[in-house]
Amino acid sequence: MATLHTRSAARLMIAPSVLLLLAWMIVPLAMTIYFSFLRYNLLMPGMEEFAGFSNYKYFLTDPAFFQALFNTLAIVLGVLFITVVGGIALALLLDQPMFGQGIVRILVIAPFLIMPTVAALVWKNMFMNPVNGLFAWLAKLFGLQPFDFLANAPLMSVILIVAWQWLPFATLILLTALQSLDEEQKEAAQMDGASAWSRFIYLVLPHLSRAITVVILIQTIFLLSVFAEILVTTNGGPGTQSTNLTFLVYAQALLQFDVGGASAGGIIAVILANIVAFFLMRMIGKTLEA
Amino acid sequence: MARNVSTQRKIVVTVVAWTIGILIFFPILWTFLTSFKTEAEAIASPPSLFFFDWTTENYHEVQSRSNYLLHFMNSVVISFGSTLIGLIIAIPSAWAMAFSPTKRTKDVLMWMLSTKMMPSVGVLVPMYLLFRNTGLLDTRTGLVIVLTLINLPIIIWMLYTYFKEIPGEILEAARMDGASLSKEIIYVLTPMAIPGIASTLLLNIILAWNEAFWTLNLSAAKAAPLTAFIASYSSPEGLFYAKLSAASTMAIAPILILGWFSQKQLVRGLTFGAVK
Repeated sequence: MATLHTRSAARLMIAPSVLLLLAWMIVPLAMTIYFSFLRYNLLMPGMEEFAGFSNYKYFLTDPAFFQALFNTLAIVLGVLFITVVGGIALALLLDQPMFGQGIVRILVIAPFLIMPTVAALVWKNMFMNPVNGLFAWLAKLFGLQPFDFLANAPLMSVILIVAWQWLPFATLILLTALQSLDEEQKEAAQMDGASAWSRFIYLVLPHLSRAITVVILIQTIFLLSVFAEILVTTNGGPGTQSTNLTFLVYAQALLQFDVGGASAGGIIAVILANIVAFFLMRMIGKTLEA
Repeated sequence: MARNVSTQRKIVVTVVAWTIGILIFFPILWTFLTSFKTEAEAIASPPSLFFFDWTTENYHEVQSRSNYLLHFMNSVVISFGSTLIGLIIAIPSAWAMAFSPTKRTKDVLMWMLSTKMMPSVGVLVPMYLLFRNTGLLDTRTGLVIVLTLINLPIIIWMLYTYFKEIPGEILEAARMDGASLSKEIIYVLTPMAIPGIASTLLLNIILAWNEAFWTLNLSAAKAAPLTAFIASYSSPEGLFYAKLSAASTMAIAPILILGWFSQKQLVRGLTFGAVK
């Protein structure tokens, strides 16, 4: 191949991607950092002035920030718990011999392919609505009082909707990993008299550990930035009960027009995501060597 | 294991799996069915699953009320446009990194991936201001640019893992047999690269079609793709379940079909090749 691609030709081919991504990474981020030190509101143009760390101070002492931080963690951990546990169970089930396996797989994967705004609005209106929703009808069927999900348990409702979207992802990846487990190993364990439970604990789970790590890390990246589902269901409310960090920064920027404050919030979000990313990159880096 | 025991077991597994599968799929099925009901039937109690007067009126109404086709075309242009431009930029890069790797190739790849880890909200403010000042706000061009950039790392990674699997020996064999460089590219390399490029194309169209941060924040009436158009149903006027369902069904159907065709590639692409 050396004749086809000399070193410099290879460099030339890589250059456009590198330059574009470099610009994409540096320019807006540098601007965000710059704005985060300014007192800058879009409603008062021309009044920008250096503000030191006051935007950060404002953000870090705002009660809404801690609520948002808590909600962000609750969404990430809640959805991770549901999807990983549910995903393992579903993957184990789908790995068994059955009739129409392909069709069941297609049914299970579907929610992942639905755009977030559709998923959230369908759940909000047709299922969780306390008057016309299917859940309300079910409750009445059993003589119970319909529950107003989005008003009384907004965060839990968001977690439920997001978990429904991500369960297929976890299932699909864990199922793929499960199918690469050596059939002979399973049979050998069975012949040695290992029970189904100890086969799961000592054979299947260790085999899945890598895939589980991948699921957790990749989902975390996306779940830290849940946005559309909150926007169209609760709009962050009531109050800030279902506002996560992403939504808080969005509200600060495009509803309050506070460029400085929103930028400081954005930088805080970047720092948090970087902590997670650090672990993810190490994980994927190891894969590359293998 | 006796045969009849395993058949029995298979039937039990089948029933359980189908029940769970249908439950998970139910919201989508329900949306599909509701789209063919009248608004009154859509909220009727008790709700009817199949036995109602099927009507396609909602589909006409969604189009005539809000120019649905415009938003559909916006989604098509934005997702296909950003994916194709991304591929044009990424193919040479992934090719070079797969076939003439250097010591730094791995670092470059990891760095590219790391750009994907930056949360979008971290650059929301400058992007919004840049777009506003350059007139890119609420334009298809603007959204194509952003979506190309955010998906470029995934495109490069996917292509790289596919290209890596093309054996270099085949190229040498072709050359030994006297194939010229152009013949080598057309008859040997391209056919082997096309499946990987096609998978990458599919996955990225799905990702771009469903992207719902930048499309919601950087578009309004004119360039809004379906993600943003559907979001406008969050503040409804009057009865709207059937119309929401019709609009939703049309928005998700093409991607459901594409996604079902590319299940395997989905896993591979979304885990950056870590799970195959």
